[in-house]
Parts: sequence; structure tokens; C-alpha cells
Amino acid sequence: MECVFGLVGDGFALVAADTSAVHSILVHKSNEDKVMLLDSHKLLGASGEAGDRAQFTEYIQKNVHLYEFRNGIPLTTAAVANFTRGELAVALRKNPYFVNILLAGYDKDVGPSLYYIDYIATLHKVDKGAFGYGSYFALSMMDRHYHSRMSLEEAINLVDKCIMEIRSRLVVAPPNFVIKIVDKDGAREYAWRESIKDAEVSAA
Amino acid sequence: MKLDLSGFESTPSLHGGAVDDVGEDLFSRPSFQLPACSDFDGFQKDAVQMVKPAKGTTTLAFIFKEGVIVAADSRASMGGYISSQSVKKIIEINPYMLGTMAGGAADCQFWHRNLGIKCRLHELANKRRISVTGASKLLANILYSYRGMGLSVGTMIAGWDEKGPGLYYVDSEGGRLKGARFSVGSGSPYAYGVLDSGYRYDMTKEEAAELARRAIYHATFRDGASGGVASVYYVGPDGWTKLSGDDVGELHYKYYPVVPTPIEQEMADAPAA
Repeated sequence: MECVFGLVGDGFALVAADTSAVHSILVHKSNEDKVMLLDSHKLLGASGEAGDRAQFTEYIQKNVHLYEFRNGIPLTTAAVANFTRGELAVALRKNPYFVNILLAGYDKDVGPSLYYIDYIATLHKVDKGAFGYGSYFALSMMDRHYHSRMSLEEAINLVDKCIMEIRSRLVVAPPNFVIKIVDKDGAREYAWRESIKDAEVSAA
Repeated sequence: MKLDLSGFESTPSLHGGAVDDVGEDLFSRPSFQLPACSDFDGFQKDAVQMVKPAKGTTTLAFIFKEGVIVAADSRASMGGYISSQSVKKIIEINPYMLGTMAGGAADCQFWHRNLGIKCRLHELANKRRISVTGASKLLANILYSYRGMGLSVGTMIAGWDEKGPGLYYVDSEGGRLKGARFSVGSGSPYAYGVLDSGYRYDMTKEEAAELARRAIYHATFRDGASGGVASVYYVGPDGWTKLSGDDVGELHYKYYPVVPTPIEQEMADAPAA
């Protein structure tokens, strides 16, 4: 099952997600990027039903862009979190989206922040969060080793510890993970943790 | 023992008889007529399940140095009955794009035809061909909007556009994946095994076609819902061409010819009493 987890450090927030696209017993792809760059300073890590994940996160991304075009300034992380939760809540009683989201962002005045958004439109501002079967391992690891204002090195260490634990203890553990980070310099991909390399060679 | 069910009756009786017509309409529970059927919910479920076949097929596609190879079997099955051995599962969307069929035949055929129309309209409106990315996104959005309504489509869109070869997997749950190697259907795990172990990016066209043919053959050998004819198509810069269509029964004897083996024991007549 899909694992997404994240935490807030000293001046940055990071989100890690597995990268396998699975259909019952088949792994169609092991390098599917599930952490989307919403805008220059926001990351959206999503897990859930295949169609919903891609469609809903793209919908949020396009609306965030639209706001920036219309108003000339970007939305704050808190505003995006509340907008996302609102969309999930409105759809919940009609045609629910089965997506779990971790939204990480950096605002100049507030600093780094992480929002936990459930598929039933729960919204919490958190220091650390996790979704999926991997959360059973990642949450306790983070509870034990996390402290506020961790340095980047300490945080990546903790993320690697969580990935190792998921790989060794989860029966259908995803082999590859992607880690993305957002800080004052923007949102970007930090690293991939691959144990299986997909033989995908693009045309020259 | 007669149970006292007066509590279940609608409100007018609680008011003790002083009921006029208006009161009866206001207080009676809303209801509508159900079809005369012993098990309405079960019937609904069966109807949906019947329309939604378990994608009994094997289709595959992969990108390699010279373009895209698309291959499929040709068997249609309804449960344990083989309804046809000659179904065209590779659908020609337009001269440079192919789609594969897995799931409901009608759904795949209709929506691929619809996609072909939309691609042509795009060409006419924008004076350039639509990309494989765009075509697959169009189809994925359409299928997503019908999510939960019982469509059964597991398709791969393969084509050649300005950026070179393109391959996308799109299904009726709304999923869309970009990749270099996919197999869809009940026989897909078998096909993946042969495809993954024999795949090299720098194969020649003949080697790639043979790999595809072999993968389909092995899937039809093990999967009861796949069989018939293994068709192999190639998509290159000038569009698609059909490379081969071989009966898998004949392929079996080609790959594993009958070897005369020494007779272990001959049956002899019973000795006379």
C-alpha cells in the first residue's frame, strides 16, 4: 500500500512518498512521482486511489496557480490547506475523493508548516504525519526520534530510518521512495531512495 | 404470540383518528414502487458484475530504440465459455496512434473511437497533430468523469509524436501512467515475466516483435482467458504497421516441436487364458 510521511525541521519541511503504482498483485511502475510541486514554495504528497490522486492534486494545483494569476500574489500554505479541505468536504457527501494528503509549505512570516488532510476532510496542522500501512512504522519512529527544529541532516537520517523500517517490516513494502523538501529557497526534489531500478531508458 | 407492531404505524393513528386528507398525505412515509423482484439488491449487483468482465485478455506494449511494439491476443470469454477467438484487441485510433482493448469490448471500442474523433478535431482546430500525452489525458479525463458507473476499460495508448515514441496506460478507475513497458489483462503477470527478462532498449525491430510474440504466447499458454491469435503491431515515425498475426497453437509447436521419444512401455494384449 502507498506510504506518505513528512515532518517539519528547522526552517524547512519535507515530504517522502513511495513511488510504486500498483494494481492488485501487479506493480505497473516503480518510479511514479506522488509528491507534487504546487507552486514555488509548496509540496503536496498524496496517496490513495489511482485516478483520484492524480486528478484531485492536479485540480488543486491548477486552482492555486489560477489564484496567483488573478491576484498577483501566491496563496499562503494555510489558505491552500483550507481550500483543499473544503473541496474534499464538499465532495464527501456526493462523490468523495479517496485521497490522503500531506501538504508542506514555507511562508516568509510563518516559516515551514505541515498539514495533515484526510480523505474525509480532516485538517490538522502537525509537526509530523504519515499515511498508509507505512504509517504504522513511521509514526512511532518519528514520535521516538523527532524533536523540534531538527537540522536537515538529522531529518534525512530520520526519514531513512523510517524507510528502512518500512522496507524490512512491511510485507508488501514498496521498494523505492522519493524525498522532497521545501524551505526559503523553494520546493524541490531532494533525493530518491531506490532499491529496484526500473529499466526505463528514454529515447535519446 | 402476536407482536404489538402499533408503534411502527405512521403518525395519523397516534393522533387518535382525527385525520383529514391533508394530514394523511403530510404524515405518510414517502415511498415509491419497487420492481416486482424477489431480491432487488442482489439483482442489481449481478447485473453490474455481468457487464464488468474480469479483463480476460493479454495485451502488452513497450518502447524500445526504434519505436513502440504493441501486441495482444484475440480471445473473448464469458465466464468459462469462449465466445470468440478472433477479436481485434488492437484498435487503430488514427494512422499514428494505437489503443489496446482490455475489459469491456464495447466500452473500449466506443471510447477509442470517441478519442479518435476528439484527436481529429484537435488537429483541425490547432493545425497540428495531438501528442500522445494529450490524447491519453483526454481519454483519462473522460473515463474519470464516468468513475463508479461501471465502465470497464484497461487500455494502453501507444503512438509516435514530435517528442518520439509515447506509451501511456489508462484505465476506467481514472488512473493514467506514463511508462516504457506495460501489460494489461488476466494474462499480464505471465506476459510481464517473459517481457521483463527479455527486454533490452537497443533491440532490433525483429527481436522486439519476437519478444512480444513470445510473451503473448506464454500468457495464452497459462491463462485460460487468453488465446487465439497473437497480433504484433509496430509504431514508428511514419505511423503504425501490423507486423504479424500468428495462431498461438501453431506458435506452441514452433517453439516446442514434438520430439520423437522412445516408447517406454508398449501395451500388449492380455495373455490368453
